[in-house]
Amino acid sequence: MNAIKLLLFVPFIGFLGLLPYANKIEPYILGMPFLLFWVAFWMVMASIILMIVYKFDPDNKGSESE
Amino acid sequence: MNISLLIIAIILVLALYLGIKARKGKDMDMEQFAVGGRGFGTFFIFLLIAGEIYTTFTFLGGSGWAYSKGAAAYYVPAYIFLAYVLSYWLVPKIWRYSKRHSIISQPEYFASKYKSRSMGMIVAVLGSLALVPYIVIQLKGLGIIVSEASYGAISPVAASVIGAVVVTTYVMISGIHGSAWTAILKDFMILVVVIFLGIYIPVHYFGGIQPMFETVQAAKPEMLVLADQGLSQSWFVSTVLLNALGFYLLPQTFMVVLSSNGERTLRKNAIALPLYTLLLLFVFFIGFTAIMQIPGLQGADGDLSLLRLAIQTFDPWVIGVIGAAGLLTALVPASVMLMAASVGLTNSFFKVLVPSATETHQLIVSRIIIIGISIIALIVTVTGGEALAILNIMSYSLITQLAPSLFFSLPKTNIINKYGAMAGILAGVLIVLYATIADVKVATFLPNTPHVINDISTGVIALLINILVTFLVSALTKQISMQQTEMNDLDKIS
Repeated sequence: MNAIKLLLFVPFIGFLGLLPYANKIEPYILGMPFLLFWVAFWMVMASIILMIVYKFDPDNKGSESE
Repeated sequence: MNISLLIIAIILVLALYLGIKARKGKDMDMEQFAVGGRGFGTFFIFLLIAGEIYTTFTFLGGSGWAYSKGAAAYYVPAYIFLAYVLSYWLVPKIWRYSKRHSIISQPEYFASKYKSRSMGMIVAVLGSLALVPYIVIQLKGLGIIVSEASYGAISPVAASVIGAVVVTTYVMISGIHGSAWTAILKDFMILVVVIFLGIYIPVHYFGGIQPMFETVQAAKPEMLVLADQGLSQSWFVSTVLLNALGFYLLPQTFMVVLSSNGERTLRKNAIALPLYTLLLLFVFFIGFTAIMQIPGLQGADGDLSLLRLAIQTFDPWVIGVIGAAGLLTALVPASVMLMAASVGLTNSFFKVLVPSATETHQLIVSRIIIIGISIIALIVTVTGGEALAILNIMSYSLITQLAPSLFFSLPKTNIINKYGAMAGILAGVLIVLYATIADVKVATFLPNTPHVINDISTGVIALLINILVTFLVSALTKQISMQQTEMNDLDKIS
Protein backbone atom coordinates (compact mmCIF):
# COMPACT_ATOMS: atom_id res chain seq x y z
CA MET A 1 0.00 0.00 0.00
CA ASN A 2 1.52 3.26 -1.05
CA ALA A 3 1.20 6.44 0.99
CA ILE A 4 -1.10 8.28 -1.42
CA LYS A 5 -3.83 5.71 -0.77
CA LEU A 6 -3.99 6.90 2.86
CA LEU A 7 -5.97 9.83 1.45
CA LEU A 8 -8.84 7.36 1.02
CA PHE A 9 -9.45 7.61 4.78
CA VAL A 10 -10.24 11.31 4.51
CA PRO A 11 -13.88 10.97 3.34
CA PHE A 12 -14.64 8.43 6.09
CA ILE A 13 -13.10 10.52 8.86
CA GLY A 14 -14.28 13.86 7.50
CA PHE A 15 -17.85 12.91 6.72
CA LEU A 16 -18.66 10.60 9.61
CA GLY A 17 -16.24 12.04 12.19
CA LEU A 18 -17.60 15.57 11.90
CA LEU A 19 -21.22 14.43 11.63
CA PRO A 20 -22.14 15.66 15.17
CA TYR A 21 -21.31 19.21 14.03
CA ALA A 22 -23.22 18.82 10.76
CA ASN A 23 -26.47 17.46 12.23
CA LYS A 24 -28.38 20.74 11.97
CA ILE A 25 -30.85 22.44 9.65
CA GLU A 26 -29.34 25.89 9.36
CA PRO A 27 -27.57 27.45 7.55
CA TYR A 28 -29.16 26.42 4.25
CA ILE A 29 -26.57 26.00 1.51
CA LEU A 30 -27.48 25.67 -2.18
CA GLY A 31 -31.11 25.39 -1.14
CA MET A 32 -30.49 22.40 1.10
CA PRO A 33 -30.69 22.06 4.89
CA PHE A 34 -27.16 21.83 6.28
CA LEU A 35 -27.13 18.09 6.96
CA LEU A 36 -28.19 17.24 3.41
CA PHE A 37 -25.64 19.68 2.05
CA TRP A 38 -23.01 17.94 4.19
CA VAL A 39 -23.80 14.61 2.52
CA ALA A 40 -23.68 16.19 -0.95
CA PHE A 41 -20.46 18.06 -0.16
CA TRP A 42 -18.68 14.83 0.75
CA MET A 43 -19.88 13.06 -2.38
CA VAL A 44 -18.12 15.72 -4.41
CA MET A 45 -15.07 15.67 -2.11
CA ALA A 46 -14.86 11.89 -2.43
CA SER A 47 -14.68 12.21 -6.18
CA ILE A 48 -12.01 14.91 -6.02
CA ILE A 49 -9.93 12.92 -3.54
CA LEU A 50 -10.17 9.81 -5.71
CA MET A 51 -9.06 11.81 -8.72
CA ILE A 52 -5.98 13.01 -6.82
CA VAL A 53 -5.19 9.50 -5.62
CA TYR A 54 -5.60 8.12 -9.14
CA LYS A 55 -3.25 10.72 -10.57
CA PHE A 56 -0.45 10.05 -8.11
CA ASP A 57 -0.92 6.33 -7.59
CA PRO A 58 2.11 4.48 -9.02
CA ASP A 59 -0.18 1.50 -9.73
CA ASN A 60 -1.65 3.41 -12.64
CA LYS A 61 1.69 4.18 -14.27
CA GLY A 62 3.01 2.27 -17.24
CA SER A 63 1.07 -0.37 -19.13
CA GLU A 64 -1.72 -2.39 -17.53
CA SER A 65 -0.23 -5.36 -15.69
CA GLU A 66 -1.94 -8.59 -16.52
CA MET B 1 -55.66 -0.19 -21.90
CA ASN B 2 -54.66 3.30 -20.72
CA ILE B 3 -51.78 5.30 -22.19
CA SER B 4 -49.45 4.82 -19.22
CA LEU B 5 -49.86 1.06 -19.25
CA LEU B 6 -49.13 1.09 -22.99
CA ILE B 7 -45.86 2.99 -22.46
CA ILE B 8 -44.83 0.59 -19.68
CA ALA B 9 -45.63 -2.39 -21.90
CA ILE B 10 -43.58 -0.99 -24.80
CA ILE B 11 -40.53 -0.43 -22.57
CA LEU B 12 -40.92 -3.92 -21.10
CA VAL B 13 -40.91 -5.46 -24.58
CA LEU B 14 -37.94 -3.29 -25.56
CA ALA B 15 -36.02 -4.46 -22.48
CA LEU B 16 -36.80 -8.07 -23.29
CA TYR B 17 -35.67 -7.54 -26.89
CA LEU B 18 -32.40 -5.86 -25.86
CA GLY B 19 -31.78 -8.46 -23.19
CA ILE B 20 -32.12 -11.31 -25.66
CA LYS B 21 -30.29 -9.60 -28.52
CA ALA B 22 -27.30 -8.99 -26.21
CA ARG B 23 -26.32 -12.60 -26.65
CA LYS B 24 -25.66 -12.23 -30.39
CA GLY B 25 -22.16 -13.20 -31.50
CA LYS B 26 -21.15 -14.71 -28.13
CA ASP B 27 -20.15 -18.33 -27.74
CA MET B 28 -21.81 -18.94 -24.42
CA ASP B 29 -19.65 -20.68 -21.82
CA MET B 30 -19.73 -20.16 -18.05
CA GLU B 31 -17.19 -17.33 -18.19
CA GLN B 32 -19.16 -15.46 -20.87
CA PHE B 33 -22.43 -16.11 -19.08
CA ALA B 34 -21.30 -14.98 -15.64
CA VAL B 35 -18.65 -12.30 -16.19
CA GLY B 36 -18.87 -11.49 -19.91
CA GLY B 37 -15.52 -13.13 -20.62
CA ARG B 38 -13.91 -10.44 -18.39
CA GLY B 39 -14.26 -8.03 -21.27
CA PHE B 40 -16.31 -5.06 -20.02
CA GLY B 41 -14.64 -1.65 -20.27
CA THR B 42 -15.21 1.53 -18.32
CA PHE B 43 -18.64 2.29 -19.78
CA PHE B 44 -20.38 -1.01 -19.06
CA ILE B 45 -18.72 -1.42 -15.67
CA PHE B 46 -19.89 2.06 -14.76
CA LEU B 47 -23.47 1.26 -15.73
CA LEU B 48 -23.47 -2.09 -13.97
CA ILE B 49 -21.98 -0.79 -10.73
CA ALA B 50 -24.06 2.38 -10.91
CA GLY B 51 -27.01 0.05 -11.51
CA GLU B 52 -26.72 -0.67 -7.83
CA ILE B 53 -27.39 2.98 -7.00
CA TYR B 54 -30.61 3.11 -8.93
CA THR B 55 -32.44 0.00 -7.89
CA THR B 56 -36.14 0.15 -7.06
CA PHE B 57 -34.96 0.42 -3.50
CA THR B 58 -33.30 3.76 -3.97
CA PHE B 59 -36.09 4.99 -6.25
CA LEU B 60 -39.06 4.05 -4.06
CA GLY B 61 -37.41 3.22 -0.74
CA GLY B 62 -35.15 6.31 -0.81
CA SER B 63 -38.08 8.66 -1.28
CA GLY B 64 -40.20 6.44 1.01
CA TRP B 65 -37.74 6.78 3.87
CA ALA B 66 -37.30 10.51 3.34
CA TYR B 67 -41.10 10.67 3.57
CA SER B 68 -41.56 8.53 6.67
CA LYS B 69 -38.25 8.89 8.56
CA GLY B 70 -36.71 12.08 7.20
CA ALA B 71 -32.95 12.60 7.32
CA ALA B 72 -32.27 8.97 8.28
CA ALA B 73 -32.76 8.24 4.56
CA TYR B 74 -29.45 9.96 3.85
CA TYR B 75 -27.77 6.75 4.90
CA VAL B 76 -28.40 5.39 1.41
CA PRO B 77 -26.22 7.69 -0.73
CA ALA B 78 -23.78 7.99 2.20
CA TYR B 79 -22.90 4.30 2.29
CA ILE B 80 -22.82 4.06 -1.49
CA PHE B 81 -20.31 6.84 -2.05
CA LEU B 82 -18.11 5.61 0.79
CA ALA B 83 -18.23 2.12 -0.72
CA TYR B 84 -16.81 3.59 -3.93
CA VAL B 85 -13.97 5.21 -2.00
CA LEU B 86 -13.18 1.86 -0.40
CA SER B 87 -13.47 0.16 -3.80
CA TYR B 88 -10.50 2.05 -5.20
CA TRP B 89 -8.25 0.11 -2.88
CA LEU B 90 -10.21 -3.09 -2.50
CA VAL B 91 -11.61 -4.27 -5.82
CA PRO B 92 -8.46 -4.28 -7.99
CA LYS B 93 -7.04 -6.82 -5.53
CA ILE B 94 -10.09 -9.03 -5.90
CA TRP B 95 -10.03 -8.69 -9.69
CA ARG B 96 -6.32 -9.52 -9.96
CA TYR B 97 -6.54 -12.68 -7.87
CA SER B 98 -9.70 -13.85 -9.64
CA LYS B 99 -8.22 -13.31 -13.08
CA ARG B 100 -5.09 -15.30 -12.17
CA HIS B 101 -7.17 -18.19 -10.84
CA SER B 102 -9.97 -18.03 -13.46
CA ILE B 103 -12.57 -17.33 -10.77
CA ILE B 104 -16.04 -16.27 -11.96
CA SER B 105 -18.04 -16.18 -8.73
CA GLN B 106 -17.74 -15.04 -5.14
CA PRO B 107 -17.95 -18.48 -3.45
CA GLU B 108 -15.12 -19.75 -5.66
CA TYR B 109 -13.00 -16.81 -4.55
CA PHE B 110 -13.39 -17.75 -0.89
CA ALA B 111 -12.98 -21.47 -1.61
CA SER B 112 -9.73 -20.73 -3.41
CA LYS B 113 -8.36 -18.30 -0.80
CA TYR B 114 -9.06 -20.72 2.05
CA LYS B 115 -8.42 -23.90 0.04
CA SER B 116 -11.72 -25.28 1.28
CA ARG B 117 -14.78 -26.40 -0.61
CA SER B 118 -16.92 -26.14 2.51
CA MET B 119 -15.98 -22.48 2.68
CA GLY B 120 -17.24 -22.08 -0.89
CA MET B 121 -20.49 -23.79 0.00
CA ILE B 122 -21.09 -21.62 3.07
CA VAL B 123 -20.42 -18.47 1.06
CA ALA B 124 -22.73 -19.63 -1.74
CA VAL B 125 -25.58 -20.33 0.67
CA LEU B 126 -25.05 -17.07 2.56
CA GLY B 127 -24.89 -15.14 -0.71
CA SER B 128 -28.18 -16.61 -1.86
CA LEU B 129 -29.73 -15.97 1.55
CA ALA B 130 -28.76 -12.30 1.30
CA LEU B 131 -29.81 -12.04 -2.33
CA VAL B 132 -33.34 -13.33 -1.90
CA PRO B 133 -34.48 -10.32 0.20
CA TYR B 134 -32.75 -8.13 -2.35
CA ILE B 135 -34.54 -9.71 -5.29
CA VAL B 136 -37.77 -9.52 -3.30
CA ILE B 137 -37.20 -5.76 -2.95
CA GLN B 138 -36.96 -5.46 -6.73
CA LEU B 139 -40.04 -7.57 -7.44
CA LYS B 140 -42.07 -5.88 -4.73
CA GLY B 141 -41.03 -2.47 -6.01
CA LEU B 142 -41.83 -3.51 -9.54
CA GLY B 143 -45.30 -4.61 -8.45
CA ILE B 144 -45.92 -1.29 -6.70
CA ILE B 145 -44.66 0.77 -9.63
CA VAL B 146 -46.59 -0.98 -12.36
CA SER B 147 -49.84 -1.23 -10.44
CA GLU B 148 -49.74 2.43 -9.34
CA ALA B 149 -48.59 3.73 -12.72
CA SER B 150 -51.25 1.73 -14.57
CA TYR B 151 -53.88 3.31 -12.27
CA GLY B 152 -54.66 -0.13 -10.86
CA ALA B 153 -55.25 -1.82 -14.24
CA ILE B 154 -52.66 -4.44 -13.26
CA SER B 155 -52.45 -5.78 -9.71
CA PRO B 156 -49.08 -5.67 -7.90
CA VAL B 157 -48.92 -9.47 -7.83
CA ALA B 158 -49.60 -9.81 -11.57
CA ALA B 159 -46.97 -7.14 -12.29
CA SER B 160 -44.37 -8.90 -10.11
CA VAL B 161 -45.03 -12.18 -11.92
CA ILE B 162 -44.74 -10.64 -15.40
CA GLY B 163 -41.56 -8.81 -14.40
CA ALA B 164 -40.04 -11.98 -12.96
CA VAL B 165 -40.82 -13.92 -16.14
CA VAL B 166 -39.21 -11.29 -18.38
CA VAL B 167 -36.05 -10.94 -16.32
CA THR B 168 -35.67 -14.70 -15.90
CA THR B 169 -36.02 -15.17 -19.64
CA TYR B 170 -33.33 -12.79 -20.73
CA VAL B 171 -30.89 -13.71 -17.98
CA MET B 172 -31.17 -17.35 -18.95
CA ILE B 173 -30.47 -16.52 -22.57
CA SER B 174 -27.83 -13.80 -22.39
CA GLY B 175 -26.36 -13.94 -18.89
CA ILE B 176 -24.62 -10.73 -17.83
CA HIS B 177 -24.65 -9.38 -21.39
CA GLY B 178 -28.43 -9.04 -21.06
CA SER B 179 -28.00 -7.00 -17.88
CA ALA B 180 -25.40 -4.74 -19.50
CA TRP B 181 -27.53 -3.93 -22.53
CA THR B 182 -30.73 -3.26 -20.61
CA ALA B 183 -28.68 -1.11 -18.21
CA ILE B 184 -28.08 1.42 -20.99
CA LEU B 185 -31.80 1.94 -21.48
CA LYS B 186 -32.40 2.02 -17.74
CA ASP B 187 -29.79 4.59 -16.78
CA PHE B 188 -30.80 6.90 -19.59
CA MET B 189 -34.46 6.82 -18.55
CA ILE B 190 -33.95 7.04 -14.82
CA LEU B 191 -31.55 9.96 -15.17
CA VAL B 192 -34.08 12.00 -17.11
CA VAL B 193 -37.01 11.02 -14.89
CA VAL B 194 -35.35 11.60 -11.51
CA ILE B 195 -33.77 14.96 -12.34
CA PHE B 196 -37.01 16.18 -13.91
CA LEU B 197 -39.20 15.07 -11.00
CA GLY B 198 -36.73 16.23 -8.34
CA ILE B 199 -36.70 19.76 -9.72
CA TYR B 200 -40.22 20.09 -11.11
CA ILE B 201 -42.17 18.80 -8.11
CA PRO B 202 -40.72 21.12 -5.41
CA VAL B 203 -40.86 24.07 -7.80
CA HIS B 204 -44.44 23.28 -8.77
CA TYR B 205 -45.70 23.05 -5.19
CA PHE B 206 -43.45 25.44 -3.29
CA GLY B 207 -41.69 27.58 -5.88
CA GLY B 208 -38.27 26.04 -5.27
CA ILE B 209 -36.19 23.53 -3.36
CA GLN B 210 -35.27 25.79 -0.45
CA PRO B 211 -38.86 27.04 0.06
CA MET B 212 -39.93 23.38 0.11
CA PHE B 213 -37.43 22.54 2.83
CA GLU B 214 -38.40 25.66 4.77
CA THR B 215 -42.03 24.55 4.74
CA VAL B 216 -40.99 21.13 6.06
CA GLN B 217 -38.83 22.85 8.70
CA ALA B 218 -41.76 24.96 9.88
CA ALA B 219 -44.10 21.96 10.18
CA LYS B 220 -41.80 19.07 11.10
CA PRO B 221 -38.24 20.25 11.83
CA GLU B 222 -37.32 16.83 13.24
CA MET B 223 -37.48 15.37 9.72
CA LEU B 224 -34.44 17.33 8.57
CA VAL B 225 -31.89 16.12 11.16
CA LEU B 226 -30.97 12.80 12.71
CA ALA B 227 -32.92 11.91 15.85
CA ASP B 228 -31.52 11.78 19.41
CA GLN B 229 -32.42 8.12 19.70
CA GLY B 230 -33.63 5.32 17.50
CA LEU B 231 -32.45 6.34 14.03
CA SER B 232 -29.77 8.45 15.69
CA GLN B 233 -26.24 9.44 14.82
CA SER B 234 -24.79 6.21 16.17
CA TRP B 235 -27.32 4.27 14.11
CA PHE B 236 -26.38 6.33 11.06
CA VAL B 237 -22.61 5.94 11.42
CA SER B 238 -22.77 2.21 12.16
CA THR B 239 -25.23 1.48 9.35
CA VAL B 240 -23.27 3.54 6.83
CA LEU B 241 -19.99 1.83 7.72
CA LEU B 242 -21.57 -1.61 7.69
CA ASN B 243 -23.21 -1.14 4.31
CA ALA B 244 -20.15 0.50 2.79
CA LEU B 245 -18.19 -2.57 3.85
CA GLY B 246 -20.89 -4.89 2.55
CA PHE B 247 -21.43 -3.19 -0.82
CA TYR B 248 -18.72 -5.07 -2.71
CA LEU B 249 -19.41 -8.23 -0.75
CA LEU B 250 -22.88 -8.48 -2.26
CA PRO B 251 -22.53 -11.35 -4.72
CA GLN B 252 -23.85 -9.30 -7.64
CA THR B 253 -21.44 -6.38 -7.15
CA PHE B 254 -18.57 -8.82 -6.62
CA MET B 255 -19.45 -10.46 -9.92
CA VAL B 256 -19.61 -7.17 -11.80
CA VAL B 257 -16.09 -6.44 -10.53
CA LEU B 258 -14.88 -9.69 -12.07
CA SER B 259 -16.42 -8.81 -15.43
CA SER B 260 -14.09 -5.80 -15.79
CA ASN B 261 -11.37 -5.90 -18.44
CA GLY B 262 -8.72 -4.52 -16.11
CA GLU B 263 -7.77 -2.99 -12.78
CA ARG B 264 -7.52 0.49 -14.16
CA THR B 265 -11.10 0.34 -15.43
CA LEU B 266 -12.21 -0.30 -11.85
CA ARG B 267 -10.11 2.54 -10.41
CA LYS B 268 -11.31 5.01 -13.04
CA ASN B 269 -14.89 4.11 -12.23
CA ALA B 270 -14.31 4.75 -8.54
CA ILE B 271 -13.59 8.41 -9.37
CA ALA B 272 -16.85 9.09 -11.23
CA LEU B 273 -19.25 6.99 -9.19
CA PRO B 274 -19.50 9.20 -6.05
CA LEU B 275 -20.72 12.05 -8.27
CA TYR B 276 -23.42 9.80 -9.64
CA THR B 277 -24.82 9.31 -6.13
CA LEU B 278 -25.65 13.03 -6.16
CA LEU B 279 -28.66 12.00 -8.23
CA LEU B 280 -30.20 10.47 -5.13
CA LEU B 281 -30.62 13.98 -3.74
CA PHE B 282 -33.37 14.51 -6.30
CA VAL B 283 -35.17 11.44 -5.00
CA PHE B 284 -35.07 12.98 -1.52
CA PHE B 285 -36.49 16.28 -2.80
CA ILE B 286 -39.52 14.31 -3.99
CA GLY B 287 -39.88 12.45 -0.69
CA PHE B 288 -39.73 15.66 1.35
CA THR B 289 -42.26 17.37 -0.89
CA ALA B 290 -44.57 14.40 -0.35
CA ILE B 291 -44.45 14.95 3.44
CA MET B 292 -46.35 18.20 2.99
CA GLN B 293 -48.44 17.31 -0.05
CA ILE B 294 -49.73 13.81 0.60
CA PRO B 295 -49.53 13.19 4.35
CA GLY B 296 -50.98 10.07 5.92
CA LEU B 297 -49.21 7.14 4.23
CA GLN B 298 -48.41 4.76 7.08
CA GLY B 299 -45.54 2.28 7.54
CA ALA B 300 -44.56 0.38 4.39
CA ASP B 301 -46.98 2.56 2.39
CA GLY B 302 -44.36 5.32 2.60
CA ASP B 303 -42.73 3.54 -0.35
CA LEU B 304 -45.70 4.71 -2.42
CA SER B 305 -45.07 8.40 -1.76
CA LEU B 306 -43.12 9.15 -4.96
CA LEU B 307 -45.68 7.54 -7.24
CA ARG B 308 -48.74 8.90 -5.43
CA LEU B 309 -47.34 12.42 -5.59
CA ALA B 310 -46.47 12.02 -9.27
CA ILE B 311 -49.96 10.77 -10.07
CA GLN B 312 -51.44 13.76 -8.29
CA THR B 313 -49.21 16.09 -10.32
CA PHE B 314 -48.95 14.78 -13.87
CA ASP B 315 -50.85 13.54 -16.94
CA PRO B 316 -51.08 9.78 -17.51
CA TRP B 317 -48.40 9.66 -20.22
CA VAL B 318 -45.81 11.16 -17.84
CA ILE B 319 -46.82 8.56 -15.27
CA GLY B 320 -46.25 5.91 -17.96
CA VAL B 321 -42.68 7.13 -18.52
CA ILE B 322 -42.02 7.23 -14.76
CA GLY B 323 -43.49 3.74 -14.39
CA ALA B 324 -41.37 2.41 -17.24
CA ALA B 325 -38.21 3.88 -15.73
CA GLY B 326 -39.14 2.39 -12.39
CA LEU B 327 -39.75 -0.97 -14.00
CA LEU B 328 -36.22 -0.94 -15.41
CA THR B 329 -34.75 -0.08 -12.01
CA ALA B 330 -36.15 -3.40 -10.87
CA LEU B 331 -35.28 -5.56 -13.87
CA VAL B 332 -31.61 -4.70 -14.34
CA PRO B 333 -30.40 -5.21 -10.77
CA ALA B 334 -32.62 -8.28 -10.35
CA SER B 335 -31.03 -9.84 -13.43
CA VAL B 336 -27.49 -9.52 -12.05
CA MET B 337 -28.63 -10.80 -8.65
CA LEU B 338 -30.30 -13.88 -10.11
CA MET B 339 -27.20 -14.70 -12.04
CA ALA B 340 -24.77 -14.12 -9.19
CA ALA B 341 -26.76 -16.44 -6.92
CA SER B 342 -27.12 -19.17 -9.53
CA VAL B 343 -23.52 -19.17 -10.76
CA GLY B 344 -22.31 -19.23 -7.16
CA LEU B 345 -24.47 -22.22 -6.30
CA THR B 346 -23.57 -24.05 -9.52
CA ASN B 347 -19.84 -23.60 -8.98
CA SER B 348 -19.70 -24.49 -5.34
CA PHE B 349 -22.25 -27.33 -5.23
CA PHE B 350 -22.93 -28.84 -8.65
CA LYS B 351 -19.31 -28.69 -9.83
CA VAL B 352 -18.13 -30.25 -6.59
CA LEU B 353 -20.77 -33.00 -6.56
CA VAL B 354 -20.38 -33.77 -10.27
CA PRO B 355 -16.73 -33.09 -11.07
CA SER B 356 -17.11 -34.53 -14.58
CA ALA B 357 -19.77 -31.93 -15.55
CA THR B 358 -19.04 -30.13 -18.80
CA GLU B 359 -19.52 -26.41 -19.41
CA THR B 360 -22.83 -27.19 -21.14
CA HIS B 361 -24.06 -29.10 -18.10
CA GLN B 362 -23.08 -26.27 -15.82
CA LEU B 363 -24.91 -23.75 -17.98
CA ILE B 364 -28.04 -25.88 -17.90
CA VAL B 365 -27.88 -26.22 -14.12
CA SER B 366 -27.26 -22.49 -13.68
CA ARG B 367 -30.37 -21.75 -15.71
CA ILE B 368 -32.48 -24.17 -13.71
CA ILE B 369 -31.27 -22.55 -10.49
CA ILE B 370 -32.18 -19.12 -11.89
CA ILE B 371 -35.75 -20.31 -12.35
CA GLY B 372 -35.78 -21.79 -8.83
CA ILE B 373 -34.57 -18.57 -7.20
CA SER B 374 -37.06 -16.51 -9.20
CA ILE B 375 -39.88 -18.66 -7.93
CA ILE B 376 -38.73 -18.49 -4.30
CA ALA B 377 -38.35 -14.71 -4.53
CA LEU B 378 -41.81 -14.42 -6.06
CA ILE B 379 -43.38 -16.44 -3.26
CA VAL B 380 -41.73 -14.24 -0.61
CA THR B 381 -42.79 -11.15 -2.56
CA VAL B 382 -46.42 -12.19 -2.58
CA THR B 383 -46.56 -13.35 1.05
CA GLY B 384 -44.23 -10.88 2.90
CA GLY B 385 -45.07 -7.33 3.94
CA GLU B 386 -41.91 -5.52 5.10
CA ALA B 387 -40.90 -2.01 4.03
CA LEU B 388 -38.14 -1.99 1.44
CA ALA B 389 -35.51 -0.33 3.65
CA ILE B 390 -35.80 -3.03 6.33
CA LEU B 391 -35.17 -5.78 3.77
CA ASN B 392 -32.20 -3.82 2.45
CA ILE B 393 -30.58 -3.51 5.87
CA MET B 394 -31.11 -7.23 6.54
CA SER B 395 -29.37 -8.23 3.30
CA TYR B 396 -26.41 -6.09 4.19
CA SER B 397 -26.22 -7.34 7.77
CA LEU B 398 -26.03 -10.90 6.45
CA ILE B 399 -23.53 -10.42 3.67
CA THR B 400 -21.20 -8.21 5.69
CA GLN B 401 -20.44 -11.24 7.83
CA LEU B 402 -18.04 -12.20 5.02
CA ALA B 403 -15.95 -9.07 5.61
CA PRO B 404 -13.43 -10.49 8.12
CA SER B 405 -12.68 -13.52 5.93
CA LEU B 406 -12.24 -11.29 2.88
CA PHE B 407 -10.00 -8.70 4.50
CA PHE B 408 -7.75 -11.20 6.28
CA SER B 409 -7.32 -13.09 3.00
CA LEU B 410 -5.91 -10.04 1.20
CA PRO B 411 -2.33 -9.96 2.63
CA LYS B 412 0.18 -12.63 1.55
CA THR B 413 -0.02 -14.49 4.85
CA ASN B 414 -3.47 -14.92 6.32
CA ILE B 415 -3.51 -14.71 10.10
CA ILE B 416 -6.79 -16.67 10.34
CA ASN B 417 -7.55 -20.16 9.01
CA LYS B 418 -10.57 -21.72 7.36
CA TYR B 419 -12.02 -23.07 10.62
CA GLY B 420 -11.93 -19.65 12.23
CA ALA B 421 -13.35 -18.02 9.10
CA MET B 422 -16.24 -20.46 8.84
CA ALA B 423 -17.06 -20.38 12.57
CA GLY B 424 -17.00 -16.58 12.54
CA ILE B 425 -19.32 -16.35 9.54
CA LEU B 426 -21.77 -18.82 11.05
CA ALA B 427 -21.78 -17.01 14.41
CA GLY B 428 -22.41 -13.65 12.76
CA VAL B 429 -25.17 -14.95 10.49
CA LEU B 430 -26.99 -16.70 13.34
CA ILE B 431 -26.97 -13.51 15.40
CA VAL B 432 -28.36 -11.46 12.51
CA LEU B 433 -31.10 -14.00 11.82
CA TYR B 434 -32.00 -14.36 15.49
CA ALA B 435 -32.04 -10.60 16.10
CA THR B 436 -34.17 -10.00 13.00
CA ILE B 437 -36.67 -12.77 13.66
CA ALA B 438 -36.97 -12.26 17.43
CA ASP B 439 -36.62 -8.46 17.07
CA VAL B 440 -34.08 -8.02 19.87
CA LYS B 441 -31.53 -5.30 20.49
CA VAL B 442 -28.67 -4.91 22.99
CA ALA B 443 -31.05 -3.34 25.54
CA THR B 444 -33.15 -6.51 25.55
CA PHE B 445 -30.35 -8.21 27.48
CA LEU B 446 -28.79 -5.19 29.15
CA PRO B 447 -31.70 -2.84 29.91
CA ASN B 448 -29.43 -0.04 31.14
CA THR B 449 -27.53 0.25 27.87
CA PRO B 450 -27.31 3.89 26.79
CA HIS B 451 -29.09 4.38 23.48
CA VAL B 452 -25.86 5.50 21.78
CA ILE B 453 -24.92 1.84 21.98
CA ASN B 454 -28.38 0.34 21.65
CA ASP B 455 -28.96 2.15 18.34
CA ILE B 456 -25.89 0.58 16.76
CA SER B 457 -26.90 -1.59 13.81
CA THR B 458 -27.38 -5.27 14.68
CA GLY B 459 -25.11 -6.14 11.76
CA VAL B 460 -22.20 -4.31 13.40
CA ILE B 461 -22.68 -6.14 16.69
CA ALA B 462 -22.88 -9.45 14.84
CA LEU B 463 -19.72 -8.47 12.98
CA LEU B 464 -17.81 -7.80 16.21
CA ILE B 465 -18.80 -11.20 17.60
CA ASN B 466 -17.95 -12.73 14.24
CA ILE B 467 -14.39 -11.30 14.42
CA LEU B 468 -14.00 -12.49 18.00
CA VAL B 469 -15.08 -16.04 17.12
CA THR B 470 -12.88 -16.00 14.02
CA PHE B 471 -9.76 -15.24 16.05
CA LEU B 472 -10.66 -17.59 18.86
CA VAL B 473 -11.33 -20.59 16.63
CA SER B 474 -8.31 -19.82 14.44
CA ALA B 475 -6.10 -19.86 17.52
CA LEU B 476 -7.64 -23.08 18.88
CA THR B 477 -7.31 -24.92 15.55
CA LYS B 478 -3.85 -23.66 14.71
CA GLN B 479 -2.36 -27.13 15.23
CA ILE B 480 -4.80 -28.95 12.91
CA SER B 481 -4.50 -26.28 10.30
CA MET B 482 -0.70 -26.43 10.27
CA GLN B 483 -0.63 -30.22 10.04
CA GLN B 484 -2.96 -30.00 7.04
CA THR B 485 -0.78 -27.48 5.30
CA GLU B 486 2.24 -29.73 5.85
CA MET B 487 0.35 -32.69 4.45
CA ASN B 488 -0.66 -30.65 1.44
CA ASP B 489 2.95 -29.66 0.93
CA LEU B 490 4.01 -33.32 1.13
CA ASP B 491 1.38 -34.16 -1.47
CA LYS B 492 2.79 -31.56 -3.76
CA ILE B 493 6.32 -32.93 -3.37
CA SER B 494 5.40 -36.57 -3.95
